[in-house]
Amino acid sequence: MWSFIGSECMLFGTLIATFLVYRSRNVVGPYPADLLNIPFITVTTFVLLMSSLMMVLALAAVSKGDMKMGKIWLFLTALFGLIFLGGQYYEFSHFVHEGLPLSRNLFSSTFFVLTGTHGAHVAGGVLWLSTLLVRAQMGKLDEKNAETVEIAGLYWHFVDVVWIVLFTLIYLLV
Amino acid sequence: ILNRRLLIAAALVIAVVAGACGGEYPQSALHPESDFAERLDVLFAQIFWWAVGVFVVVEGILLYTVFRWRENPERGRPKEVHGHTMMEIGWTLVPALILVAIAIPTIRTIFIVDNPTTDPDALTVEAVGRQWWWEFNYPELGIQTANEIHIPVGRTIDVRVRSADVLHSFWVPRLGGKRDLVPGRENQIWFTADSTGVYWGQCAEYCGTAHALMSFRVIVDTPEDFDAWAAVNAGGAVTIQDAEARAGKAVFESNACVSCHTIRGTIAQGQFGPDLTHFGSRLTIGAGILDNTLENLRYWIDSTQHAKPGNFMPEVQLTDAQVAQLAAYLLALR
Amino acid sequence: MSADAATHEGHEGLYEGGIWSWLTTVDHKRIGILYFVTGLIFLLIAGLEGQLIRTQLAQSELRILDPDFYNQLFTMHGTTMVFFAGMPLITAFFNYVVPLQIGARDVAFPRLNAFSYWVLLFAGIFLYSSFAFGGAPDGGWFAYQPLTNPEYSPGLGMDFYILALLLAGVGSIAGGVNFLVTIVNMRAPGMTFMRMPLFTWMTLIVAILILLCFPPFTIGLVFMLFDRSFGTHFFDAAAGADPVLWQHLFWVFGHPAVYILLLPAFGVVSDVIPAFSKKGLFGYPVIVFSGILIAFLGFGVWVHHMFSVGLGPIVNAVFGGATMLIAIPTGIKIFNWIATLWGGQLKFTPAMLFAIGLVGTFTIGGLSGVMHASPPSDLQQTDTYFVVAHFHYVLIGGTVFGLFSGLYYWFPKATGKMMSDSLGAWHFWLTFIALNVTFFPMHFSGLLGMPRRTFTYAEGLGLDTFNLISTVGAFIFTVSFIPLVWNLLKSLRSGPDAGPNPWDAHTLEWTMSSPPPHYNFAVLPQVNRRDPMWHPHVEPGAEPPAGVTLGVEPRLQPEVPPEPVIMPGPSFWPLFLAVGLLIATIGGLGSLPVALVGAAISLVGLFGWAFEPVEGEH
Ligand code: HEA
Ligand code: HEA
Ligand code: CUA
Ligand SMILES: [Cu+2]
Repeated sequence: MWSFIGSECMLFGTLIATFLVYRSRNVVGPYPADLLNIPFITVTTFVLLMSSLMMVLALAAVSKGDMKMGKIWLFLTALFGLIFLGGQYYEFSHFVHEGLPLSRNLFSSTFFVLTGTHGAHVAGGVLWLSTLLVRAQMGKLDEKNAETVEIAGLYWHFVDVVWIVLFTLIYLLV
Repeated sequence: ILNRRLLIAAALVIAVVAGACGGEYPQSALHPESDFAERLDVLFAQIFWWAVGVFVVVEGILLYTVFRWRENPERGRPKEVHGHTMMEIGWTLVPALILVAIAIPTIRTIFIVDNPTTDPDALTVEAVGRQWWWEFNYPELGIQTANEIHIPVGRTIDVRVRSADVLHSFWVPRLGGKRDLVPGRENQIWFTADSTGVYWGQCAEYCGTAHALMSFRVIVDTPEDFDAWAAVNAGGAVTIQDAEARAGKAVFESNACVSCHTIRGTIAQGQFGPDLTHFGSRLTIGAGILDNTLENLRYWIDSTQHAKPGNFMPEVQLTDAQVAQLAAYLLALR
Repeated sequence: MSADAATHEGHEGLYEGGIWSWLTTVDHKRIGILYFVTGLIFLLIAGLEGQLIRTQLAQSELRILDPDFYNQLFTMHGTTMVFFAGMPLITAFFNYVVPLQIGARDVAFPRLNAFSYWVLLFAGIFLYSSFAFGGAPDGGWFAYQPLTNPEYSPGLGMDFYILALLLAGVGSIAGGVNFLVTIVNMRAPGMTFMRMPLFTWMTLIVAILILLCFPPFTIGLVFMLFDRSFGTHFFDAAAGADPVLWQHLFWVFGHPAVYILLLPAFGVVSDVIPAFSKKGLFGYPVIVFSGILIAFLGFGVWVHHMFSVGLGPIVNAVFGGATMLIAIPTGIKIFNWIATLWGGQLKFTPAMLFAIGLVGTFTIGGLSGVMHASPPSDLQQTDTYFVVAHFHYVLIGGTVFGLFSGLYYWFPKATGKMMSDSLGAWHFWLTFIALNVTFFPMHFSGLLGMPRRTFTYAEGLGLDTFNLISTVGAFIFTVSFIPLVWNLLKSLRSGPDAGPNPWDAHTLEWTMSSPPPHYNFAVLPQVNRRDPMWHPHVEPGAEPPAGVTLGVEPRLQPEVPPEPVIMPGPSFWPLFLAVGLLIATIGGLGSLPVALVGAAISLVGLFGWAFEPVEGEH
């Protein structure tokens, strides 16, 4: 798993580098500052952070063998992930509405692809969690294979950390 | 068995070297005719001889080892040798030193050839790459031409290269190295030709269908010849007397030609294709692919898509007579 | 006798069972064989394209092939050779050999392994289907922007290129993870890192290289895909972007990629030379670390492909210097190999011939590489046939020679049959001659003004002779494949039995019957040293390998496992998922519904995969 995450770092590294190189090279508006809705994103960011907390609790519960709580926490993690995605969907459509479709300028290109890639990772995570949930339902998940939960958690936290970086770079440093 | 390798290699080298020495190579990097190309060639030669040295040593030891120690029941099972620190250090240091010997002249040369020229009275030539031909401008002299440039011997030429569409690369091996034409960037290369003559240039970055046929010529003149050439080319087209050529002019101006080509001093003001104002004086047709002769020119006008597949000049429907007249006209534009 | 019995039983383990058992196999040995066959076929196809290229260039101003077709040919030739011949062939050896060398019963994630293979196969087929659908990619194997924009490359060609390489990339990264984890976690007791065979070491390094260098390329491809399909502006100079970004993204991947192709070949040679010198590797730790160093430096040199872009003297000087440094660790390997040969009992089997051939010919390519590494001298060489000469010497004289050496070395292990030495020798000498006849003259044609990627050249250049020689050489190449293919078929049918260790080689894969039983090792070996097969005595302190009776052949595995072995069962989910991804990819050509269907199938595949019980099998 660590090896995979290392590879993922290169992935986002490249995207972020591109974003930074191009951030000030737009030739047509709208420009980042005109659109970014920082308060709103701060909220969804917070939600995503919370989901990481849920993940920790889920792991704790599962490894204690307490599958009932385990399931609840897993479910909440996935749910918060979905909320975040919802927020992202709202943001995207808002931008498009404001006249910044994907193909508008360099900012739109880099912004959508960068955050989009991250969104895809969150979605992937949600799917992964849901498989865990189903397995838990079928009673195929208990402290003996808590490791699978741990690995999923590792991934989830990673995706989370990436977002913190993106949040700082894209929203706080405009 | 293995000495066959050696023989073959040797035979090849000899054969090929022999080949390389005879003959005329208008686009060779090994026959420099300018200070710039000279520098690259000297540096290359240095590295080359170091490489030859390494090659001889390595292959020599290898072959000797392979013969000396081929299987032989007399000797028992070989004894284990797990390494030898001094040797390891040795064959780390020696290559390192050789590389230093290569790196020093390399870096010296880089800082000369990768910097713009410092010569105050260099002559500026602007080279614009287009799929698949070259537009050349002399800002100081108000000259525009295509697919060939004249330059004075002994004077620094400051070539500013830029691209109108995709990547291309400006390359005249006997006068200098390559410089890429990158959309959105301006690049430079400079050189001072040592001797008069005609040198071949070629687009050296893959740029699509006709990349292979995107060549040009550099004609190095004596200063006098150059000034004469410049004087003519700064002006508009000559007035045509010859009857057939006049007819050709009519054909030219009554067809699609004018929408792409410029012939200064006539109604032809198109910007898409090469400027033809002094076409008659040029050495080649179609970006260095055909000698500029009457029948070649007819062939080019008549079936340009066969002469240069994919190029953006349409095959205008003309009678043979009209083609002949056009050719006469264009050749008359000296 | 006993060895035969073992071989026979191995056969059942390996080759019985119909197509279905191959489609659902998760056995690293079978997957290895699949990779090999696939890679070889793509090598032949791409080679055929090479032949066509040479035919068109035999003389100046020929008009045999239409320019656009020629451009498709060299693009497909390069892309296929690197991604669908080179990489699958090395992966074939990773799969077959590494678990055997480290004393494991399979790779860490057998199903993921199968998945990697299927996506690669589909990516290759997908790429070639482009010939049928309006033209193959023609942007060159590094697809420089902006030529590959829709504006200058309308049509689906480049979309096929992008999507196929994205798909292949997924497989490669999965494979990278798999082998990294396998080597780190699944080594037999006592198989410390510094006891690992060199081939395993190089695999480990390459797995890391893959993980680190594929992502930037993937992103680059995604950018290009978006530029083409959704009108973004990642490489659009008019929108303020810089097309050179693509060159960076590509070469940040592209240079490490060439070492991905090379290091495994070096690994093979480092195992083959000792085996046929009857003498342990000289300077083992040095060879290991020089490998690591090559990989490490390999990440800091990519700009040497861009010396004519005009990035300025400082950048060029730094990257030129960094590139030259790589000559040092590479040289160290060369010299250590020679030192290993020194004083040995050299046996010139085909495997050994190719190994020695590599040491000799790779050096030539390496030296021309150093000439490129000097930016000013590269200003004359870049994009000429001098470069073409360089990289074919390293790719054929390095990678391909290494792969052939490995083929002759491990074929008896994989099939239980010996190959013919004389045919092998023919194959070697023909290949060796072909290589030099084809590519040595290109040094000259390049320096004398022959640009690459040109479908023809003017007679006035005076280059007909050199090109003709090259073309003749290319045809010798084709001939050289006859003894190989013949040898393969003949040996498979009627080769003499190999027995466990035909070469009296030194590493673990030679401890069990050939072909190995499904479970590889009846008992997991206890490793006490680098060359377990050569040293029956057990080092003081370490107890003798469990379940192994000391005696005549103390190091051989027992015929039957003392206790039952649990092996992962077959699964068709990997194939299922790969099909889903393929369909999604096809959709990527411009049909959203198809893409969604594909995505849906992939989802089903994922769930099926996740819930499939990994039930055991004896
Ligand atoms: C297996 C693949 C492989 C390998 C191993 C190498 C190895 C090297 N390559 Fe090569 N290279 C390619 C594949 C490879 N290359 C490809 C495919 C391209 C073209 C891509 C394209 O444009 O399509 C390319 C292009 C390429 C370029 C760009 C050329 C251009 O386009 O202008 C450069 C420039 O520096 C370069 C340099 C080197 C160097 C310095 C090495 C070094 O690693 C070599 C080191 C080895 C030796 C030097 C020999 C052994 C050493 C000794 C015996 C010690 C003593 C030696 C000395 C002291 C010099 N290569
Ligand atoms: C591993 C990599 C590899 C290998 C092995 C080869 C092998 C060969 N290549 Fe290579 N080549 C590249 C990688 C490779 N190439 C790359 C990366 C490029 C750059 C592409 C680009 O510019 O974008 C290139 C470009 C390239 C060019 C330059 C094209 C141009 O710039 O215009 C040429 C020209 O001669 C050439 C020739 C050959 C030849 C003759 C062989 C020979 O070795 C081939 C030997 C023959 C065979 C292996 C096949 C034998 C069998 C048959 C012919 C037929 C039978 C078929 C069946 C039975 C099914 N190649
Ligand atoms: Cu212009 Cu190649
Ligand atoms: Cu490189």
